Amino acid sequence: MKDKLPKERVGVFVCHCGRNIAATVDVKKVVEAISKHPSVVYATDYKYMCSEPGQALIKKAIKEHRLTSVVIAACTPSMHEETFRKASNEAGLNWYKCEIANIREQCSWVHSDMEKATEKAIKITFSTVEKVIRNAPLEPIKMSVKRKCLIIGGGIAGIQAALDVADAGYEVILVEKLPTIGGRMAQLAETFPTLDCAQCILTPKMVAVARHPNIRLYTLSEVVKIEGFVGNFKVTIRKKPRYVDPEKCILCGDCEKVCPVSVPSEFDRNLKERKAIYIPFPQAIPASYVIDPQTCLGLNPIICGECAEACEANAINYDDSEEIFEEEVGAIIIATGYDIYPKENIGEYGYGKYIDVIDSLQYERLVSSTGPTGGEIRRPSDGRIPKSVAFIQCVGSRDVNHLEYCSKICCMYTAKHALMYKHLVPDGTAYVFYIDIRAAGKGYEEFIKRVQEEYGVVYIRGRVSRIYEENGKLILQASDTLTGEKLNLSVDLVVLAMGMIAKKGNRDVANIAKIPVDSWGFFKEVHPKLRPVETSTNGIFVCGACQGPKDISETVSQASATAAKAIELLSKVEIYHEPIVAEVNPELCSGCKICETVCPFGAIKVVDKIAQVNEILCEGCGSCTSACPTEAIQLRNVKDEQIYSMIEAILR
Amino acid sequence: MSNRDNENFEPKIVAFLCKWCAYSGADLAGVSRLEYPPNVIPILVPCSGKVDMQFILKAFKEGADGVFIGGCHTPNDCHYISGNYKALKRFTLMRKYLEQLGINSKRIRLEWISATEGVKFAKVMKEFVEEIKKLGPLQTR
Repeated sequence: MKDKLPKERVGVFVCHCGRNIAATVDVKKVVEAISKHPSVVYATDYKYMCSEPGQALIKKAIKEHRLTSVVIAACTPSMHEETFRKASNEAGLNWYKCEIANIREQCSWVHSDMEKATEKAIKITFSTVEKVIRNAPLEPIKMSVKRKCLIIGGGIAGIQAALDVADAGYEVILVEKLPTIGGRMAQLAETFPTLDCAQCILTPKMVAVARHPNIRLYTLSEVVKIEGFVGNFKVTIRKKPRYVDPEKCILCGDCEKVCPVSVPSEFDRNLKERKAIYIPFPQAIPASYVIDPQTCLGLNPIICGECAEACEANAINYDDSEEIFEEEVGAIIIATGYDIYPKENIGEYGYGKYIDVIDSLQYERLVSSTGPTGGEIRRPSDGRIPKSVAFIQCVGSRDVNHLEYCSKICCMYTAKHALMYKHLVPDGTAYVFYIDIRAAGKGYEEFIKRVQEEYGVVYIRGRVSRIYEENGKLILQASDTLTGEKLNLSVDLVVLAMGMIAKKGNRDVANIAKIPVDSWGFFKEVHPKLRPVETSTNGIFVCGACQGPKDISETVSQASATAAKAIELLSKVEIYHEPIVAEVNPELCSGCKICETVCPFGAIKVVDKIAQVNEILCEGCGSCTSACPTEAIQLRNVKDEQIYSMIEAILR
Repeated sequence: MSNRDNENFEPKIVAFLCKWCAYSGADLAGVSRLEYPPNVIPILVPCSGKVDMQFILKAFKEGADGVFIGGCHTPNDCHYISGNYKALKRFTLMRKYLEQLGINSKRIRLEWISATEGVKFAKVMKEFVEEIKKLGPLQTR
């Protein structure tokens, strides 16, 4: 393809790499051949181009021969591209006017026939010269950063991330859907394997969030829109009314006493009742009552109005209304947490049918000192202390009919549950039904051993096939897969270790934030090993159980990891973006929107029938360029004409 | 296609290798000194999804006997989320199209090669060169 080119003066530098290249590739021959290229005005070889004298040689040649481009025929670009671009840049060349011809990893090291290897090296070098003469000089795209971080979700993950970012001196906006922060951890009684009381270690952090000068907390709030890009997101938040002014509420509880409406408490997982005006739990943050508009008698003082009358602090305002406002942030951390597998899906265990078959979170409330029974373990049906309890693991998890994955934490929390039972009912019997015990974690295996050996909890390897009620007892039909025996076990209480699932709302959040989820609805990280908390959208990070099942310690580590990533971003005065991005020739663009649909980053928008590229969002993959029917969209410095000329050079 | 003796035939093959996986896999083959035939000349592209059908046609037009495309493993390895799937769709279509042009669809090959699969890269290159040798030179006229 003979396109019009400005007069280029190319210099080619062929490296021997000691004998690494020179032993198989006749470097003199490469120099001789490439010298014949019409744009090449200078070509030479040297023993080690990457060495100081090698780089000096390149710099000197650029100045002396007024070179406009250089090609270094040497090792792979991932090795020394930066070295050589830096060197040529120091001599006045644009960063992108230096290209590497890889004649080591993909030539001299993989071939032994010198003649053929030399021929291949010449072709690679020629094609690289053809590319570089068509490279445009480019400058990195610069942009400012809004030094503020949005955190979605106020569980332990969001709390930890908020505190870390705020302590580093950046403003944090923490958005929580529910009336209080604390999340699932606030519902737990004790934590494995140290048996720390969950609230005792969590609530100080919650208070720290409330008091932190750099954190603004929005409860009863949701993020409804995210626009913009890394460093410059515009976020729309919807804040629902609380109807109680947290500044005025003194937590006297007078309102609660007079409220005529009682409904099951979500926090206590329906094991206790709360009023329509309530505080989720005593240590809730913000420390304030809240009115549940769904059950309150109409928020109409004519109908009821008892609470407002009882409130001496005048904190209640029935006219409180929804607010929608915008915030500008540089980074976003998503920490929306998890749900447990729906009980309706597990018919065989009688959950929902038999009141004494409860789920793991109900059990947490039951043994919690702040729970509905004040820390005494009593059956929901008759309030008796159960003399035998069966704990069933893997309910929903590791089951092709339900969740194929392992929920990771159930082995440990079931062991904890059994141990807590033995603490509270020393003469009771605890059975654990398991498939395998997975206790990979610091001190975890030892904890399981302790529960089995010191506390005498009976571990039975096998699945329970059916549960039914008989004379106030629950009968479990199961088989012990180690002995092959069939079992009929009679117990007072059954606790199901429900699997962890992604929150229903995750997919909505994913749509709003334009980040992918996996087939189970958990947020997907860029790389499971090397970029575990980053998402494919720059500047948006994920942590905690919204990314996959994990326990508190892992969640906290991940939360701090996202905080570090956010701080790294927010600490920059300016951020730079690689300028190898797509650009549109408006004269060729037909406005067909194909590019808009194929772009994985939402970087292209067709405006007035012409595609427009957001250079910051574009990652330079070139998907749009190969899909464009009119060749109107091109990737800078990887243009079609460049590839064509490279193909020609290879096949000449 | 040609039935003549192709023993001395040295095919010309263009390989489009994605920056993140296949190109790094090829580099690893080099670092591990795994020999393969020198008939394959690489062109570095950001993503296998960047490989336009025009690139393939252009290569055949300029005298290539085979075209190779190397990308990241499905489902999740693509650095750009879905470029490998785009390449796979285009490749499937391209094979049909080539057959209509009278070009054996075995002359194009798509493989997922990760940055750790130097052995696979060398093996695939050997196989592909052998395959093209068997097919003989492409006669487009």
